[in-house]
Amino acid sequence: MDSRSDIAIETSGLVKTFGKTRAVDGVDLAVRRGMVYGLLGPNGAGKTTTIRVLATLLRPDSGTVQVFGHDVVGEADAVRGRVSLTGQFASVDEDLTGLENLVLIARLLGFSRKESRARSHELLDAFGLAEAAGRQVKNYSGGMRRRLDIAASIVVTPDLIFLDEPTAGLDPRSRNQVWEIVRALVAGGTTVLLTTQYLDEADQLADRIAVIDHGRVIAEGAPGELKASVGSGALHVRLRDPEDRPEAGRVLSGTLGVPVHLESDPAALSARTSDPGRVAHALAELSRSGVPITDFSLGQPSLDEVFLTLTGRTAEADDSTDTEEDAA
Amino acid sequence: MTAPTTSTAPSQEETLRSALSARKRPQRANALSASLTFGWRALLKIKHVPEQLFDVTAFPIMFTLMFTYLFGGAIAGSTGEYLQFLLPGILVQTVVFITMYTGMGLNTDVTKGVFDRFRSMPVWHPAALVGALLGDAARYAMASAMVVVLGLILGFRPAGGVAGVLLSVALVLVFSFGLSWAWTVLGLILRTPNSVMMASFLFLFPLTFASNIFVDPKTMPDWLETIVGANPITHLVSAVRGLMHGTVAAQQVVWVLLISAALVVVFAPLTMHLYRNKT
Repeated sequence: MDSRSDIAIETSGLVKTFGKTRAVDGVDLAVRRGMVYGLLGPNGAGKTTTIRVLATLLRPDSGTVQVFGHDVVGEADAVRGRVSLTGQFASVDEDLTGLENLVLIARLLGFSRKESRARSHELLDAFGLAEAAGRQVKNYSGGMRRRLDIAASIVVTPDLIFLDEPTAGLDPRSRNQVWEIVRALVAGGTTVLLTTQYLDEADQLADRIAVIDHGRVIAEGAPGELKASVGSGALHVRLRDPEDRPEAGRVLSGTLGVPVHLESDPAALSARTSDPGRVAHALAELSRSGVPITDFSLGQPSLDEVFLTLTGRTAEADDSTDTEEDAA
Repeated sequence: MTAPTTSTAPSQEETLRSALSARKRPQRANALSASLTFGWRALLKIKHVPEQLFDVTAFPIMFTLMFTYLFGGAIAGSTGEYLQFLLPGILVQTVVFITMYTGMGLNTDVTKGVFDRFRSMPVWHPAALVGALLGDAARYAMASAMVVVLGLILGFRPAGGVAGVLLSVALVLVFSFGLSWAWTVLGLILRTPNSVMMASFLFLFPLTFASNIFVDPKTMPDWLETIVGANPITHLVSAVRGLMHGTVAAQQVVWVLLISAALVVVFAPLTMHLYRNKT
């Protein structure tokens, strides 16, 4: 029982089809309480459909789906009492003002008129929307709308919040604000399930990531584990003079003991390795042989590389299935 | 002038954390209070988008003037005479036509993300629709007031007095509330607001014209008289006419109430089924 009560979301063999499209095709997830769990994948991968099933908006065709131990079909109301959904498209009423939107939600949740206004103002202050409280949401910027959207989801701080592409289309500053909010939510003990197409977003926020493609989980783990499963990191070196590249290649492959990859930039080359000691030695050898370098870096592979390795294509390139998810 | 972010950032973060730390979960709103809250939302939308009242103001004026002065003389000998017969019918026709917008509004609403939020909340789910219909009832009441006031200006003199007029408007509202559930079904089945409007027209035209709104059915061929006699709109118009002119029979009103109840019993559960399973 103890290990069970630790679990916020558990799905097994989750399938959801729309006509002939298997939007979600056998997804198994286990999300522990208090963590940020990222669903990462391109458009049409099945992320939104998965979230909609978890938020009791869609009935799964097969498989079991439990949120805090409650079945999303049989005990939908118990689930709804503990989760909040922030949809991909603003789930606030554009004709109403920011204040009215929050009061509406608060009233629906059972706050009195007075409490509703107090809580709404508290949230508007906290989200930097106090000045815009009396304006219609249709006149908000994308970032303000997103913040109001999240504020509406935490009128009663939920135990679990679903954020469907929370930063899609936001400028970098608004994006940082949303990230800040997510971190504050987690610090307060809320479990977060977010979807994203941005690899760095998943890397920044998520404790664990499931990579989803064509309705299936193709990889799962902590960001570091995922990167490790792809293989070692790489040393990138940039030379001052491209003519030195053959010489630099000889030195690096000799000291590192691995083949050197020549990049399209004629002054750059890289080698797969994650041993900092050997790298330090190799760089020292380069300078001893009189090859000046302008820049070097040693890093784990990016999630882009992870996706490329897992699927054989880059995440961004796949826009062909856009419409499927939209239809869902 | 906005203060530099560096000085506001810590307090901003503090307010954020304190706002998030509130874990108070009130007793959930009951069905009535949730419905009224959604009704409040509908009224707010009227306040913010008053253009949508065009249909409840322009329609009634247009219909009343058009039918009274274009056809009144030909049908009843004089426009003044015809107005006494027509006005209760025009009231019904106006409001029944406006019910159509309920389906269109729902269709527009449901396709937006905000309904996803409502559906994922622990509230009595029919409240979202009942509340919308309550808001619509306010629109119907406005349209009714337009028709009645215009009628009084033009020379309509109801023998049933204020009570008769108020009761007849109330009856029209009850019927419209029932009929609206049929449009919410269409609003959830059809894909676009326009197709909802077209489909509603398809029902509304025969329903309102093959009735006793404009002429006495006795002037019609027998077969048509039978059809018109079976039309629920005819029953409603008879009851409204009776109430306004003080000649109503109780059974006329009972009929209308039964029809309204039947509409709710059939279409409300269907609407809710579609609403719950909306993908």
